[in-house]
Amino acid sequence: MDVSSPRFKEKAVIALADPTLRQALGQSRKGFVNKRAELVAALPEFEALRDQARDVKNHVLENLDHYLERFDSAVTAAGGHVHWARDAEEARNIILGICERVQARTITKGKSMVSEEVNLNAALEKRGYTVVETDLGEYIIQLAKEPPSHIIAPAIHKTKEQVSDLFEAAHGGPRKTTVADLVTEARLVLRDKYFKADVGITGGNYLVAETGSSIIVTNEGNGDLTQTLAKVHIVTSGIERIVPTLEDVSLFLRILARSATGQETETYTTLSTGPRRPGDVDGPEEFHVVLVDNGRSKMLGGKFQDMLRCIRCGACMNHCPVYGAVGGHAYGWVYPGPMGSVLTPLFVGLDATRDLPNACTLNGRCQSVCPVRIPLPELLRELRHQQHQRGISPPVQRRALGVWRFVAERPGLYQFANRLAARALKGLSGRNGRLRHLPFASGWTALRDLPAPEGKTFLELWHARQT
Amino acid sequence: MPESRSAILQQIRAALGRGPLSDAAAAALDARRPAHPRIAVDDDDLVARFVTRFESRSGTVARVSGVDAIPAAVDAYRQAHGLPPRAAVARPLAGLAWPAGFIHHPGPAGQDEQMSVTPCLAGIAEIGSLILASGPDSPTTLNFVPDHHLIVLPAGRIVRHFEDAWTLLRALPGGLPRATNIISGPSRTGDVELTIQLGAHGPRSVHVLLVADADRATP
Amino acid sequence: MPRVGLFATCLMNLFRPSVGFAAAQLLEDAGCTVEVPMAQTCCGQPGYNSGDFDAARTLAKQVITTFEGFDYVVGPSGSCMATLRHDYPKLFEDDPEWHPRAAALAARSHELLSFLTDVCGVTAVNAAYTGTVTYHDSCSGLRGLGVKAQPRLLLGSVEGLQLTEMPDAEVCCGFGGTFCVKYPEISGRMVDDKLANVAATGADTLLGGDLGCLMNMAGRLRRQGSKLKVFHTAEVLAGMATGSGIGIGDGEH
Ligand code: SF4
Repeated sequence: MDVSSPRFKEKAVIALADPTLRQALGQSRKGFVNKRAELVAALPEFEALRDQARDVKNHVLENLDHYLERFDSAVTAAGGHVHWARDAEEARNIILGICERVQARTITKGKSMVSEEVNLNAALEKRGYTVVETDLGEYIIQLAKEPPSHIIAPAIHKTKEQVSDLFEAAHGGPRKTTVADLVTEARLVLRDKYFKADVGITGGNYLVAETGSSIIVTNEGNGDLTQTLAKVHIVTSGIERIVPTLEDVSLFLRILARSATGQETETYTTLSTGPRRPGDVDGPEEFHVVLVDNGRSKMLGGKFQDMLRCIRCGACMNHCPVYGAVGGHAYGWVYPGPMGSVLTPLFVGLDATRDLPNACTLNGRCQSVCPVRIPLPELLRELRHQQHQRGISPPVQRRALGVWRFVAERPGLYQFANRLAARALKGLSGRNGRLRHLPFASGWTALRDLPAPEGKTFLELWHARQT
Repeated sequence: MPESRSAILQQIRAALGRGPLSDAAAAALDARRPAHPRIAVDDDDLVARFVTRFESRSGTVARVSGVDAIPAAVDAYRQAHGLPPRAAVARPLAGLAWPAGFIHHPGPAGQDEQMSVTPCLAGIAEIGSLILASGPDSPTTLNFVPDHHLIVLPAGRIVRHFEDAWTLLRALPGGLPRATNIISGPSRTGDVELTIQLGAHGPRSVHVLLVADADRATP
Repeated sequence: MPRVGLFATCLMNLFRPSVGFAAAQLLEDAGCTVEVPMAQTCCGQPGYNSGDFDAARTLAKQVITTFEGFDYVVGPSGSCMATLRHDYPKLFEDDPEWHPRAAALAARSHELLSFLTDVCGVTAVNAAYTGTVTYHDSCSGLRGLGVKAQPRLLLGSVEGLQLTEMPDAEVCCGFGGTFCVKYPEISGRMVDDKLANVAATGADTLLGGDLGCLMNMAGRLRRQGSKLKVFHTAEVLAGMATGSGIGIGDGEH
């Protein structure tokens, strides 16, 4: 996927002016937020589960090499194959290689953020394969030729009318106008594809080291049809998605759906362990897992290791007021919202993503809902720190900070400057109590008045009173 | 690619500031069997908890007096939904006394299949879900392709937590099956304006035949 | 009597001294001796949140030195006080000399209202206010310091005051320090959403515990032509919320 993060501001402003987007986002996010809140309130164990989930993830990261090796052996023992990809290109080549060997034509896909991350669809299509996204949301945006705008609900930015338009154009009429009819139409169209598919590609929510199983969690069942009916099943997953045992799986199943969509559980949780076995009448003949590093191992042991705990639930974006205002596309890459504002700079570099860590009020709501307690605001601040150190924060900001520091380091000067400002601003405001325009604070006064000072500073009034 | 494998492992170890784990350390990790917090399920009646939760997600449940009553219950469901007298019926259930004219085959389920009847490994009371283990006796297509999925669940097979289901899974003769499906209701989607719609890709209807007679109910 | 050093936050010092006097009075009513060191400036948060950790450290040292002799440091802002409590120790994590001093100060630093209730045991104030108010939970105080019940407890004791909760009281108002000037359009949408929730309550007064947020919301209200009163919670609790509130001058009565 191309990176359009450098155009964050521009895209954010366009998004803000889009009433359809506002309508779509507003409804959907409220649903997620409210349903999660209800479930969490009803579950006294929830906070303990979050602590434990954080600890298990940390344990895995500290021993990642071991668990990856165990997973590899267990998959092999079950008759599957594990492929290791250092970067996006290697991941694409591995998958292209498999598709070529089995002479694939149609490839179905369950939702996989890693495949978006490594830009898989474009590579497959370039080789002439027919690639069909089967998650309804992914299917909608594939028709719209857009990237996902949310990691759980990729088409959250689309209204029903827009989906009707897309389906009408893609499937021919008659135009369907109810959600029920739209879903049925997609079901019929996609049914054929599952049965035709040579290769089915899915993501992997969890990779179980103990058993060599890869796990997907879905509501639609599309992932299951994808991986059951294709001749070859390929799982794409980040190396950090390992969990040691089935006991750990239960822990994550208890928090994932509740955090993601506000459901007690999603409809389907499937553990895939190897290919079709003797006597089986269905299931894929080959089972492959592509373990993708793509920068993850470099995050280990450093300031951003905590980010590797992420289970891609989307709660942080559901609760982020900035995401809620601008939607997912403004972020400009695969991962939007708070987790994306941390991951994108780490994956694609600080230079192309300068806005992402800054377009945040550090209000902390994301951290307060993150099921694995990732300190997202702290990580965003750390990215700002790295921008500052590398000298790529905006020059205006650097100059302003310099002045602020110079003054604030000198209490005498600071008090003097404040006294001056209190009088000047008060004078400018007259008896209005506020200023409508202030040349050096136009970012403020473009939208708001500036409440005027009372005329004297607190420190001078206090000390005048004391003496 | 083997060199990528070692490169990634090396990079991980470098980042963690250590070499490969010692055998003793590795063995300790392999022996790890964590006891994580669970969700309190102190309802004495696991069956009731299972049913309430399963139904809360639009799953349906019919109570059946015994294994012998399964064919009649299936037929009643079929007629109520106006379905033809045909189904993919998993092998362990094939020997039941199916009504005359009812055509059944053991799978796999093809594109035209409208109904399937399968056993399951267990019910999980914690969230009201079913766990199905694939194999010649329980082909996976039966769980996802037909519009109507009927699952036979002996009441005595409802366990409390996920962990109890894992114990059953690990005890299977071949260890974990190729596919382990935890099914919590009919297929659904909220991808259009978060409006819940059943039957997105998988079954529109998942119907549990809850068999009361626990002793004899091991189809 | 505990000796409290009052932390005069930048915005309070420059824009709203009455909040400082309200804080001092509430502290004295709770039995504290209040002093305001003249040598204080800024807590350093603007630098810290902009990634200039070095500047933040310099200012943090200044604050630590200035307030070291007090039993407590108290300020009428969740945001600044969260910086003292949580960020100072982190800033000096690797500094054996300054870390203990930062940690010691952090342990004695409190946001005003939580200090009054949680440390001094105040459960009621002696004040009256006629009106229906709604309360915005500023993010740093709420999530950083657990300030949620304390202001509500004290507001409940104000004679004549009626509190109506707004929907999404815990959602950010769009201030975010420099965020609001760097991303004015996004900030504008956030504050408008917030003010729609405020309006939905029908309250005539908006309260909060952080002047940054209050100035953001008041500034936007004034731009919209609204006369809704905006006060810092401390002003109401100290019986000093007598004028027309933040962003409305005396000339406008
Ligand atoms: S950062 Fe936390 S809340 Fe956000 S997607 Fe990852 S796990 Fe979920």
